[in-house]
Amino acid sequence: MIRRKQALAITAVIAALSLTAACGGNDKKADGSDDKGDKGYSGATASLVNASDAKGGELKLWSPQDVDFLDPARAYYGFVWNLQRLYIRQLYAYDSKPGAAGTKLVPDLAAGEPVLSNDGKTYTVKIKDGVKFEDGSPITAKDFKYGIERVFAQDVLSGGPTYLIDLLDQGQKYPGPYKDTDPNKMGLKSVETPDDHTIVFNLASANSDFKYLLAMPSSSPVPAGKDEGASYTNKPVATGPYKVESFASGKGATFVRNENWDQATDTIRKGLPDKVTFTVTTNPDDMDQRLLSGDIDLAVDGTGVQQAAKNKILKDANLKKNADNPYTGYIRYFAFPQTVAPFDNIECRKAVIYAADPKSLQNARGGPTSGDLGANMLPPGIPGSDKKYDPFNLTSGKPQLDKAKAALKACGKPDGFETTIAVRNNRAPEVKSAESLQAALAKIGVKATIDQYDGKLSSSTIGSPENVKKKNYGIIVMGWGADYNSGSGFLQPLVDGSFILPNGNNNYTEVNDPEINGLFKTAAAAATPEAAAPFYGQINQKVMEKALYLPINFDKALIYHNPRLTNVYFNDSMGRIDLAVLGVGK
Amino acid sequence: MLVYLIRRLFNVAATLLVVSAVTFGIFFAVPKLTGSDPALMYAGRETSETALQGIRVKMGFDKPISEQYWVFLKGIFVGRDYDAGTEVTHCAAPCFGYSFKSEAPVWQTMLDRMPVTLSLALGAAVIWVLAGVATGVVSALKRRTAIDRTVMVGALAGVSLPIFFTGMVAPAVFVYSLGWLDVSNYKPLTEDPLAWLNSMILPWVTLAFLFAATYARITRATMLEVLGEDYIRTARAKGLKEGVVIRKHALRSTLTPIVTMFGLDLGGLLGGAVLTETTFNFQGLGTAAVAAIGQGDLPVIMGVTLLAALFVVMANLIVDLLYAVIDPRVRLT
Amino acid sequence: MTKTVSDEPAFVPEQGGPRDAAPFLSVRDLRVHFPTDDGLVKSVDGLSFDLERGKTLGIVGESGSGKSVTSLAIMGLHRTGNARSRPHISGEVVLDGEDLVAADADRVRRLRGRKMAMVFQDPLSAMHPYYSVGKQIVEAYRTHHDVDKKTARTRAVEMLDRVGIPEPHRRVDAYPHEFSGGMRQRAMIAMALVNNPELLIADEPTTALDVTVQAQILDLIRDLQKEFGSAVIMITHDLGVVAEMADDILVMYGGRCVERGTAEKVFYGPRHPYTWGLLGSMPRIDRDQTERLIPVKGSPPSLINIPSGCAFNPRCPYADVPKGGITRTQRPELTEDDSRHWSACHMSQEERTRIWTEEIAPKL
Repeated sequence: MIRRKQALAITAVIAALSLTAACGGNDKKADGSDDKGDKGYSGATASLVNASDAKGGELKLWSPQDVDFLDPARAYYGFVWNLQRLYIRQLYAYDSKPGAAGTKLVPDLAAGEPVLSNDGKTYTVKIKDGVKFEDGSPITAKDFKYGIERVFAQDVLSGGPTYLIDLLDQGQKYPGPYKDTDPNKMGLKSVETPDDHTIVFNLASANSDFKYLLAMPSSSPVPAGKDEGASYTNKPVATGPYKVESFASGKGATFVRNENWDQATDTIRKGLPDKVTFTVTTNPDDMDQRLLSGDIDLAVDGTGVQQAAKNKILKDANLKKNADNPYTGYIRYFAFPQTVAPFDNIECRKAVIYAADPKSLQNARGGPTSGDLGANMLPPGIPGSDKKYDPFNLTSGKPQLDKAKAALKACGKPDGFETTIAVRNNRAPEVKSAESLQAALAKIGVKATIDQYDGKLSSSTIGSPENVKKKNYGIIVMGWGADYNSGSGFLQPLVDGSFILPNGNNNYTEVNDPEINGLFKTAAAAATPEAAAPFYGQINQKVMEKALYLPINFDKALIYHNPRLTNVYFNDSMGRIDLAVLGVGK
Repeated sequence: MLVYLIRRLFNVAATLLVVSAVTFGIFFAVPKLTGSDPALMYAGRETSETALQGIRVKMGFDKPISEQYWVFLKGIFVGRDYDAGTEVTHCAAPCFGYSFKSEAPVWQTMLDRMPVTLSLALGAAVIWVLAGVATGVVSALKRRTAIDRTVMVGALAGVSLPIFFTGMVAPAVFVYSLGWLDVSNYKPLTEDPLAWLNSMILPWVTLAFLFAATYARITRATMLEVLGEDYIRTARAKGLKEGVVIRKHALRSTLTPIVTMFGLDLGGLLGGAVLTETTFNFQGLGTAAVAAIGQGDLPVIMGVTLLAALFVVMANLIVDLLYAVIDPRVRLT
Repeated sequence: MTKTVSDEPAFVPEQGGPRDAAPFLSVRDLRVHFPTDDGLVKSVDGLSFDLERGKTLGIVGESGSGKSVTSLAIMGLHRTGNARSRPHISGEVVLDGEDLVAADADRVRRLRGRKMAMVFQDPLSAMHPYYSVGKQIVEAYRTHHDVDKKTARTRAVEMLDRVGIPEPHRRVDAYPHEFSGGMRQRAMIAMALVNNPELLIADEPTTALDVTVQAQILDLIRDLQKEFGSAVIMITHDLGVVAEMADDILVMYGGRCVERGTAEKVFYGPRHPYTWGLLGSMPRIDRDQTERLIPVKGSPPSLINIPSGCAFNPRCPYADVPKGGITRTQRPELTEDDSRHWSACHMSQEERTRIWTEEIAPKL
């Protein structure tokens, strides 16, 4: 459920080989990045920059990371979801507006808000008139149902989020449309299509997050007649302003205008460029150079520029005005599995938290432009979050050795203990974070050994509680971003006891607290996301009080965009520059 | 000669068989032994046991390794069918399977990427052989002069500087600072020869620099050795002009080790010039392999490995045949 | 002789010459010094001799005595190749009235292979392994004759036939490694003689060959010399090789001539202890095996630090015969003891005659 699997091997190769100036020393300058005096800097974070309705041109998007899938049912990378705003639509979508407005879901292919009945368990959605697939055929309720059914065929269409299965299977064990015994392949019982314009979802219990799930690409309509199973990813049928003209895995894709998209039906997208190209690069530094020279428009992967370009941008006001430093929605953290002694004892967990050197950890991740000092486990932007809530005084930036030693004593280990830090070998900042913590712990007599495991296999290494215990992983370095912009999207996989899995587990601390679990249920039952927000705030507090996590930072990225781009803004729900409205100026 | 050729081709086949078996073993059998599951790698993440079972049946992971290997081999020659229970996907020969990640046929991916690697490797090869041999010869003839020393320092730099360094510096200088070249975007030769050339120049030169340096050093050393040979003295005693002595007598002998090296280098590069491709953002076989390894994309790893092995083995064979042409003392038996 | 060589005028050896009175080859005070990091290597240091057309000079000495360097210097081969490794050459090498040391390099190149040719010691390494024997002979011919390949090839076949290679039409396309040692040397000789050179230098032409073949090759060179009227310099460490061939013999030691004279005089009345040593180490069929070999004791001198006085003094059994240690302080000059017989030794002529007749000759 890791929404953004960032640095892939190639990036790692380059990063490891190019010996860029990531060895610190530039933090002083990076410190100045928050200067309010820089005109234009971080302008697109709060407002829409360079507004225009001029059409035409080619929007050139690059990324050091390839897409996972173009198939709506299989895509899980955050930047691919952003790309998909170009060519596929769902019932609801995040509005294309800066600030909080961008976290709101508005009807897209739906004619209006869902009608809730049956104590909030039944959602009835009407579909807009006149919406069409790229071949001109109308989009019907059955196409939505078929699209959702595809998610169930995990043996053929693996990769995407599976929340819909959790909510809609309801014990049916529906195998997906390919093994559906129903002649019309409409065998999923919880979704009904009384007519072509109406779709009805019957949930087992009320869920305030359901609309978020309907806004995910995996809820997109798919015409059954055009479904080619596993290879649908190479030519998904478009409903947005663009359609896929060509796609080659590892190389990129070209999107051209979809003549059957009607601006009149779409309040979210502008469809300004004539053509959008997506190019996969193997050399992020080269990409940065192209970006700064104006040869390309945007790096859509959203991880920000490399260290070399970062230094260049922060030093040059002309470049800096085209850059933003927004939150990515990620938190980088250490987790303490409670199954591994002595982390079954809260005092030993506290000792580690107090002993850590927050400033050094921030530098390990690349300095202040890479993130604000972490304080708690709910990132800014998610309803219910409070950046100022800092129970361990981590934003002081200093290690608190006295408190750490006191906690050690309380834990019954006044002379320290030995433990193992598990870290992915393919993420340099995580390895550096681990080294920073290792050094900090040494000061209170805790001897931590760093185990760099194969990052590709994290789901069976740290994702297996059995293995964690066997390997004595007392501390795990990880990062997490929400699948959808809600406290449940972020926190539930991490701290809901019912999410503990034998493999691919994300609840590394294996916290299974009835109070926390209960709060998730309460929040889900809330009528609206706004009403649910305070409950997620409470969960965050509970988690922090239990000292289960040491947050490193609220992740930020230094994003540069070509100044010729129009309608540039960061969508708060995605933490990315919204591709739906981007235009290419002259 | 014919017997020799047949025997060698048989050897080629045997080598490839061994390579394929070992690769298959490493990537399909070993994960199984260590508790990992190819089906999981296909799925990319945790998924339900039913779904995993479906994947196993479709991809044949439920069968014994030996049978999977046999089906894989058969697929290369006669194609294979993926039976998901309800639908059957036929993969026509030569079938190397489908990428776990993109579902693209591996053979198609390799065909698609081969021109990139071919352009890169062959173009660079021409440059480095000409430049390397020429500088090596000049250096040998001007031994212990300023020219020789300058060239050899340059060659040392070429050998020592890694591709990702020169590959980083070259565009910064020639594209972004001096503006002599356009920002390169690879275009197939058949599509836009000028853009192709523009995008190729820096990678060629960068890659060639590395190899040319080695070739210059080898050429120089060999040339000096050859110039001390009795038959060079004989050639001079015949009254040949010095130019003829160098070109016709010395160079011909000097080229022998160069040909061997060249064959192996080129063979290796055709399997993917990983660093150059990565540095210059070329979607060739090398980047495909690296990406595949990073993602655990087993079929692509298998395909590229086999293709690379084929190139190396064939290059070896061609070198041996060439050897016999160059040196009449070599007998192909 | 089964076939005569082509009778085109160009191939007929030039008769006479502008300076009929002067010798055909006249070497005067030739010095070849190699500068090295360790010091100056005086490979040849003040060598003089004459050679007439049709005559054979045997230059004899151990390896390192400077005999091969002398031949290369005459051929001008020290002037080729890398400038940095070239030796300093001084003195005169006058060939048919033309000083080759003073002549420009290209002029000497034109003479090389045409007017003077060379046969090397090891024909396997001296022939290019990648070219057929025919090609290499053709190349030698076409370098000095403006003819087409076909003509040159005919000439090559003719030469191969002349030097006694069976089936020359077929063998012309064979590679050096496909020849036996003797055949290879014959081919080498064919290549050297293809341009009818007036001076042929044979540098240890038989050393790499077995004994029976050695005799054949020497016979061949002798026959060819008679036929072509060339002057021949035969360089060898083995007096036996030149015994029957040479008109004159020059013994070299430490880069200098220690004894020179007609073959008869050097063989039957040698005047230098070193020559005695060489004669003693010469295998002779008419002698008893047991007392046959009396090698010269010690090893050849370093050419960087040539012993002061007589270069041979450290190895000479008679070094103390002349009084006052003169052998260690003063270099003996080469003096003409009697007509056309020179030697360089501090011992008196009578003393040496006595030692030769009483001590050396009986043992030989």
